[in-house]
Amino acid sequence: MIQFDRFVLKNGLKVLVHQDQSTPMAVVNVLYDVGARDEDESKTGFAHLFEHLMFGGSVNISDYDEPLQLAGGENNAYTTNDLTNYYCQLPAENLETAFWLESDRMLSLAFSKKSLDVQRKVVCEEFKEHYINKPYGDVWQMMRDLAYKVHPYKWMTIGKELAHIENAQLDDVKQFFFKHYTPANAILVVAGNVDTAHVKKLAEKWFGEIPSGVKYNRNVSQEPAQQEERRMTVKRNVPMDAIYKTWHMASRLEHDYYATDLLTDILGGGASSRLYQALVKEQQLFAQINCYHFGSLDRGLFTIEGQLVKGVEIKDAEEAIESELDKVRSQLIDERELQKVKNKTESVMAFEDMSVMNRAGSLAFYELLGDGQLMNEEFKRYQDVTTEDLQRIAKDVLKDTNSNTIWYLAN
Amino acid sequence: MLNRSLAPQIKDAVEYSISLKSPAIFKLDNNVDVYNVQAGTEEVVQIEWVFKAGNWFEEKKLVASAANFLMKNGTGNKSAYEINEFVDFYGAYLNRSCYNETAVVSLHCLSKQLEHILPLVQEIFMDAILPEEELLIYKQNMKQRLAVNLKKCDFIAGRKIDALLFGEQHPYGVYSEMGDYDALQREELLAYYNAFYKNGHCTIFSAGILPSNFQELLNRYFGKLPFNKTVIQEKSHAIHPSSQKKWNILNDAEGVQGAIRIARACPLPTDPVFPKLQVLNVLFGGFFGSRLMTNIREDKGYTYGIYSYLMNHIHASAILISTEAGRDVCEATVKEVYHEMDQLRMHEVGKEELLLVKNYLIGTLLGDLDGPFHIIGRCKNLILHGMNVSHFNYYVDVIKSIQPHELKQLAEEYLIPDDFYELTVV
Repeated sequence: MIQFDRFVLKNGLKVLVHQDQSTPMAVVNVLYDVGARDEDESKTGFAHLFEHLMFGGSVNISDYDEPLQLAGGENNAYTTNDLTNYYCQLPAENLETAFWLESDRMLSLAFSKKSLDVQRKVVCEEFKEHYINKPYGDVWQMMRDLAYKVHPYKWMTIGKELAHIENAQLDDVKQFFFKHYTPANAILVVAGNVDTAHVKKLAEKWFGEIPSGVKYNRNVSQEPAQQEERRMTVKRNVPMDAIYKTWHMASRLEHDYYATDLLTDILGGGASSRLYQALVKEQQLFAQINCYHFGSLDRGLFTIEGQLVKGVEIKDAEEAIESELDKVRSQLIDERELQKVKNKTESVMAFEDMSVMNRAGSLAFYELLGDGQLMNEEFKRYQDVTTEDLQRIAKDVLKDTNSNTIWYLAN
Repeated sequence: MLNRSLAPQIKDAVEYSISLKSPAIFKLDNNVDVYNVQAGTEEVVQIEWVFKAGNWFEEKKLVASAANFLMKNGTGNKSAYEINEFVDFYGAYLNRSCYNETAVVSLHCLSKQLEHILPLVQEIFMDAILPEEELLIYKQNMKQRLAVNLKKCDFIAGRKIDALLFGEQHPYGVYSEMGDYDALQREELLAYYNAFYKNGHCTIFSAGILPSNFQELLNRYFGKLPFNKTVIQEKSHAIHPSSQKKWNILNDAEGVQGAIRIARACPLPTDPVFPKLQVLNVLFGGFFGSRLMTNIREDKGYTYGIYSYLMNHIHASAILISTEAGRDVCEATVKEVYHEMDQLRMHEVGKEELLLVKNYLIGTLLGDLDGPFHIIGRCKNLILHGMNVSHFNYYVDVIKSIQPHELKQLAEEYLIPDDFYELTVV
């Protein structure tokens, strides 16, 4: 059970405080309700590029990192298709330094030309390192484009193409900032060796004066239900054939999300999962196979990806996947097997909650979903899943007309 | 009106007293040492069984890592699937890893499940059979993984720089090729398992919220096993560094980045100078605010990230600079790395920058000692190097007291470009 206090400043900034006196540290986590799904299709990769620029100095402070490091702190940030999250950890006595830094960059950035010029290059190198200069690195670009025709999930967080990042202008940066980086679009979580009254005072002092800005109303076109099977085949300079299959699944807030999540564990969660046991160990068609999803806030992708054993026909490999999917569609799984994935979920949650930093990040995430308290109700929702739910999801989600398949062949 | 250009007062992190306490220790009936940190907020445990079974002791390539991997893939009574299903059912994680001197079996689980899992771990140490069928699957899948890795410039560079520093025959420099997997025989793996696990040398490191009968539990399942009866023959391996210092390798004609590795030998972690080198390393390339990162990423934008490291081996250490940079700026990147070495040799670091490094380091240590798993991790590292917690506390003293002229002297000795191996793989 994670305890926390919650209050809202006049400008709309939501603040959550989680106390843990067993650590000498404090964590400050600021989540902005903006991700790659809020980008314009002609300017993709911007939310992430922007995350880099948040470290390029703010209106009153020329450098973010230095004063934080001087206060014994360290920090990082990440951007997803849904959100952008900044977090830092420092000795609790120096908590105010984090308030000073975070509030100034919420107030306004320095908008330095030099920072934009450099970070454009840095992000281009990040793009190359992860998505170009790596075997199978381009597959998600193709898969998103195949699976989504309308929803902005059709591009990756890093962006659709290098050119979008190379062409980013300072004016775009300013517009993006004033549209999304406002108190009304942010959630502040303070955790660790802190007390709520003190946090409240600091929050009022440093964030209270920031103009609330216009609450951004997201108007993202939702993906219509897919009606036909989609397939593509590509040839690349890779050593082994691989297959990638996705199906549209429940969004993060739908009740079926939990059963869907457990179904990915049944099929591909670890060494006793069905796909691994049947296709890697028994039939030896795949050298590796995984089943997972991205936890997307809007309707996401249920994914199976596998790398074939050399010499196996990709058609045969795909049929073998289908025959495993047939089993979960046509037969109820064993109660013990369901209990197994619930037990795994329980322990994953306990391990995640060990670190104050993770707890702070999770609280911010659940507050974004609507209520930080959801964090404490999550496991109950998994416990309520039945074998009938799993079969119903398997039938609803894992059907051909909802599927996208890429054959990624070695040339 | 709030003056936002004025930084709030800080307590310098160097003013914190910070120390690592010795873990509790007890012995099992068979003389196995158990180190133990009982603490935490979540009802979870971590246990690591550390064996002297790394590739330091193998006579043939890959035998140590294959035996380590296959150990949980079947016993006299249970198939690999039955073992995996059992572990997963209790929401546990049973992993194994092979390093140079040591090889480890590690267990993470909820405290309440510990008693269910321990008998299975015991069975793995007594009766693993390393089935032929599992070995065949392992060979096939590892060869495929290698084939994919051989397409990556960072993989090629990582193993090549080790080979340049230590020689391809040395356990730290050795790397595997397809034929090495083909050559593995089940009998050799069984013999290795018998000598280095079943009858091997074991030390246990545990942490978390441990059940009250923890000592009795461990003794019941592991105190009767034939560990630590036979003395493992110490072996020595000669280091044969490469005579050629500069290397350029073209692995992928269409590559858009190059993997750069620049490295040289340095004193061991047990050497009193090592903690000072650690501070120099942080200043040079060990954190986001380092000289290398500030210049090469944050000023020039040549790379997504650049770091320097001190290797943590037991028998030999090295300083390593590592980055992936745009293909057209690889040369410029290397030049800047040497430029930053020159700066550290020629000029003393400013007081303010050094205070920042010190505060950052102490702050990070404070954060790192948060939680029982991190604490036992630090202790384990010290103990396996033949050190103890006083070395950690000495390291803290060094961070707090080191002066600019000392860092300059160290740079003069260790950051000389001509002494480094320099490798770029595209």
